[in-house]
This record gives sequence, C-alpha cells and structure tokens, in this order.
Amino acid sequence: MGHGLLLSAAENIDFMVHGIFKYKFFGHEVWITTTHVSILFVMLILIGFAIAANITMRKATEVPGGFQNVVELIVEKLDGMVEGTMGKAAPRYRNYIGTVFIFILFSNISGLLGLRPPTADYGVTLPLGLLTFILIHFAQFKYHSLKEIWVGMCSPLPPWLPIWFVVSLIGEIAVPISLSLRLFANILSGTVMMALIYGLLGWIATAWPAALHVYFDLFSGAIQTYVFCMLTMTYISDQVGDN
Amino acid sequence: MEFNTNFILGCSAIGAGLAVIAGIGPGIGQGNAAGQAAAAVGRNPGAKGDIMSTMLLGQAVAETTGLYGLLIAMLLLFVKPLLP
Repeated sequence: MGHGLLLSAAENIDFMVHGIFKYKFFGHEVWITTTHVSILFVMLILIGFAIAANITMRKATEVPGGFQNVVELIVEKLDGMVEGTMGKAAPRYRNYIGTVFIFILFSNISGLLGLRPPTADYGVTLPLGLLTFILIHFAQFKYHSLKEIWVGMCSPLPPWLPIWFVVSLIGEIAVPISLSLRLFANILSGTVMMALIYGLLGWIATAWPAALHVYFDLFSGAIQTYVFCMLTMTYISDQVGDN
Repeated sequence: MEFNTNFILGCSAIGAGLAVIAGIGPGIGQGNAAGQAAAAVGRNPGAKGDIMSTMLLGQAVAETTGLYGLLIAMLLLFVKPLLP
C-alpha cells in the first residue's frame, strides 16, 4: 500500500538535467540540455539589462533618476565589495568579479522563473572554479619569482627537503574543486528539495512553498554568490600581496 | 556471482542515510559561529555589518563538508553507481 504511494509520487519528481536534442560534432555526440536553455534565458535577461543600462548611461544626467539610479547603485556596491577585500589590486579585477557576481546571482535565482538553475549543473560551476584557479596562478607567477614559489610551497620545511611540496600541491588543486562543488551542491540541494516538495505533496503544495523559494533560491543563492566571489578575491589578493 | 538489484538498492539507501550524518559537523560549527557572532554583536553593536558578513562567509565555508556528504547521498540514490 505504502509502496504504491511512493512509486506513484516518485514519477512526478523531476530535477535531473534532460537532453533536448543531440548532434554530431567531429564524431562526438553532443547534447543540448535544459542547462543550455536556462543559461540562454539568463544571458538574454543580462544582455537586455546591459543594453538598457548602456542606453541610459549614454544620456546620463548629473542628478540621477529612475533607472540610472539603479545602475549606479549596482556598480557602486560591486566596486565597494571588491575594493574592501582586494585593496590596491581592486581596479584590475573588479570587471571580472562584477561580471561573475551578476552571472552567478541571476543563475541562482533563475529558479524563481521556473527554470532549472544553470549552477545546479557541475558543467557550469567547474569552469567558474577553473577560471579562479587560472587567475590565482597567473597572479602568483606574475608577482613572485620561481624561487619564492618553491620556498612557499615547501613552507614549514626547508626548501631542500621538498616533502611538503606534494601536500601543498594537493591543497592547490583542491581549491577549484571545493569552490565549484560548494556552489554546485548548495544550488542542487535547493533544487532537489523543491522538486521533492512539489512532487511528493502534489496538490497540497499550492501556496506555501513560496516561503521555501525565498530561502532556497533567494537567500541561499545570494549567500553562495557572495561566498564564491569573496573566496576568489581572497585567494587572488593573497597572491598579489603588496604589489 | 548473482546480483540482486533490490539488495543493492537497499544497501545504497542505507549508505545514503549514513552519508548525510555528515551534516552533524557543519551544524555544530555553524551554531558555534552564530553564537560567537551574537556575542560579538553584544560587545560591539557598531560592527554589526562586518560581523554578519564574516560570519556568513565562515558558515558557508564550514558547510562544505556537509554538502560533500549530501552529494555522496544523492549519487547513491539517483545515479546508482553500484548497480551492475
């Protein structure tokens, strides 16, 4: 009896990535999935916003009003966040951090529009983590000599005894993996829980899951966006140092 | 050797349940961080904004270990890697 209930309810639960169509790309099978569609919607929203902001800022007035106010507020807040963490290195990195912040934020809260959040797909968060990894090590090789890096990697032990080097290397490789998995698992857990609530409760879940959407999509999404950008900035400014 | 699908699925469910026990650690850690932050706000109410952002950042980092357990549980339940 309980078995039948579980089975019938389990068919309604749907939070996986689905393929929409596939095509051959140099002999490989490539799928266009629901993640691509969600990312397309997010990009359309962001591009529309960017075009509107560009048109507004072309004829910007001394005393801002309406939409110009909103754009200036967003830019000022993002700049303030980057400057508060990175100090003197901020002007070089605020474009990248601002872009990533807005993209991840809109991806996370796109669950409110009925889309499957793109960041609930590991194929989206891993490249973000790898970008951070590349930025960290670009800054490292730009501002430190090879000898300094070697001494730093063998740090608690003297540099002629590179036993600790392996541990440091694993620690460095763990950075992008933990960054991307943190974002992915947070958003995925929100998506799965919302799908379970909608799927298992059926018509009982009519109005009150809105409160859960506020937590899982808005609150959790905003916090994880902030954490991702904050950690990226901290790692990079560790390498940039006082230069 | 004969594989019994139901047996494997049941063991996967038990494993998933055991994996999410990992949530205990982040629970304790986040509660500790929130308590310390509350004490800090009590001592210095002017620094509430800084304390809040530092607390949220630390809590989100502490949450990672629990999320790894959750990921393992989801892999066991929905991807079913143990089925032949």
